[in-house]
Amino acid sequence: MSAVETQHVARDLMDQLPVLQVAIPLIAAPLIVFIGNRKLAWAIAFAASAAAFVIACTLLWQVIDGSVISYHIGGWAPPLGIEYRIDALSAMILMLISGIGTIVLPYAYASVAAEIPKKQHTLFYALFMLCLTGLLGMVATGDAFNIFVFLEISSLSTYVLVAMGAHKDPRALTAAYDYLIMGTIGATFFVIGLGMLYMATGTLNLADLAERIADQGINRTVRAGFAFVVVGMGLKVAMYPLHHWLPNAYTFAPSAVTTFLAATATKAAIYVMLRFLFSVFSPGFHFEDWTLYLIFIPFSLLAMFAASFVAVFQTNLKRMLAFSSIAQIGYMLLGIAMLNATGLSAAVVHMVNHGISKAALFMGVGAMVMYSGSAFFDDLKGLGRKMPITGAVMVAGGLSLIGVPGTAGFISKWMLVQAAFENGWWIIAIAIMLSSLLAVIYVWRMFEVLYLTAPSDDCTATDPPLPMLVPMLILAGACIWFGFDTELTLGSARVAAEGLLAGSAGMMH
Amino acid sequence: MERLLDWTFVVGHMNYWLFIVLMMTGLFIVVARGNLVKKIIGLNIFQAAVFMLYISIGKVTGGTAPIYPVDMQGHMQVDPSIIYSNPLPHVLILTAIVVGIATTSLALALTIRIREAYDTIEEDDILKIERHMAAEDNKEHGAAMGGRA
Repeated sequence: MSAVETQHVARDLMDQLPVLQVAIPLIAAPLIVFIGNRKLAWAIAFAASAAAFVIACTLLWQVIDGSVISYHIGGWAPPLGIEYRIDALSAMILMLISGIGTIVLPYAYASVAAEIPKKQHTLFYALFMLCLTGLLGMVATGDAFNIFVFLEISSLSTYVLVAMGAHKDPRALTAAYDYLIMGTIGATFFVIGLGMLYMATGTLNLADLAERIADQGINRTVRAGFAFVVVGMGLKVAMYPLHHWLPNAYTFAPSAVTTFLAATATKAAIYVMLRFLFSVFSPGFHFEDWTLYLIFIPFSLLAMFAASFVAVFQTNLKRMLAFSSIAQIGYMLLGIAMLNATGLSAAVVHMVNHGISKAALFMGVGAMVMYSGSAFFDDLKGLGRKMPITGAVMVAGGLSLIGVPGTAGFISKWMLVQAAFENGWWIIAIAIMLSSLLAVIYVWRMFEVLYLTAPSDDCTATDPPLPMLVPMLILAGACIWFGFDTELTLGSARVAAEGLLAGSAGMMH
Repeated sequence: MERLLDWTFVVGHMNYWLFIVLMMTGLFIVVARGNLVKKIIGLNIFQAAVFMLYISIGKVTGGTAPIYPVDMQGHMQVDPSIIYSNPLPHVLILTAIVVGIATTSLALALTIRIREAYDTIEEDDILKIERHMAAEDNKEHGAAMGGRA
């Protein structure tokens, strides 16, 4: 027995945290289906995501000094066994995903009751747990094929969650179908890329892949693999020309689902993109630099302007926020493409800050839709006055979206501008500010409708019940809090960015 | 002088050529066909192509099935002189096949629901209905915002 025991690195519960992070929601999902009780389903889902959140916080606390936790599944050492690898970046994104999951659930209870037929409630929570599992797994794992499996777990459950909006509008079904086709093509491209990398290196462990690619140099197979991985993940990220699935999916999905997806799904995909760009490949390779300069930067700039511009002309608030998401993803990819520590920290911090702001905004819209029946601007007239707290939450989220000083969004945009100046790219710095002006216009339109128009005389809307208000207030508070106290977000983002760059610097030579 | 076209290379990589042909066929069907079920079939062909790629990777020239014989005591008899094929890509693709089945069944389920809601599974007709719905939305909600959605 002793021989077996020495193989296990993990001995007590603390050492098992990386796998528990993923396993708890995974077990919760079938449990919910078996028990089949609506109220209990919610309680289990909430307990599981709260547990995941606590674990993520503990993990972040363990790796904030720049260390790395390597967990061997089943005691099989990497590169042969599957490894879960937690560093500052992954712990931070884990915290974002599980945190948003935990905050969305109390909100979802009332929101789901209003938007989804009763008999689907337990299944909704089961799928929500599966989606959470997939997203957490994508971030926690250090094995390339494992990423694909978790990606598909999260995607498949997302398609169903989006389709659950069909009760209100049948277009949710076609939105889900479109998303399924695009998402599957993206995931399959990702697998083709992995196949090519495996062909060239004979390994699937991310750290091992990096080592072997650095050892043997680049050949055409590796290059093709890189291209497939970037395009495949680009589809999942909703990188500008590949974003077609996003607006409809966000518009027609149930409010709670939109909130969760907008804050987490694209962020997990960006995380995987970061891992491949910096941990597996490294900016020292010519073709990667050129990919970033010639593809990422122009398309992110296009996203920042075109998507914001389209957002200005929407009549549906949810759809407007969806287009704004595409623009904000542009900022993140731009930060990545700057290829310096400041830009990377800006991208990472913007993932968190935008996640929080968008979640607050989508929650606010969801609460208003419960009373107005639709997210069209003319149905939301004056609701900010009728629902003062919800309105205030949306103001906080909106200001953070623009990047007004004193909100979380300001910090990340400020970092982004600084990063642009560091590279001497003042034109891009100006572009960032100009595109923020577009954000001012569309956020202003929202304020105008919510506050400056008179509500209809028979409008009986009031603030939603407490379980919906508290999550909204927490997120709005976070939008403001992270605008002043940047210790947690910016501090971890810096460690994460340094980790990413250090990882690649070692491979450059 | 090196020959422009190395026929042994071309024929020796038959699997990979077929992979590309199948992949492109699948992608073309997904893009070009308007029928939702045909799109799913295209997606399936596309995925099957990837399965073929992975299975081809696993083949080692002259390799046999990677099964170690076991002696009476249950110990594996590993003979280093025998070449085995690589089982890992095959195992990986088993997972991908399962994922593919899940995707296909979900897509078909969605198609059934779409047919119930729209009474058609032709993309053109669905788009026509959705454009009509958007126009209705515009008429109802767009006037306040300058008449457009």
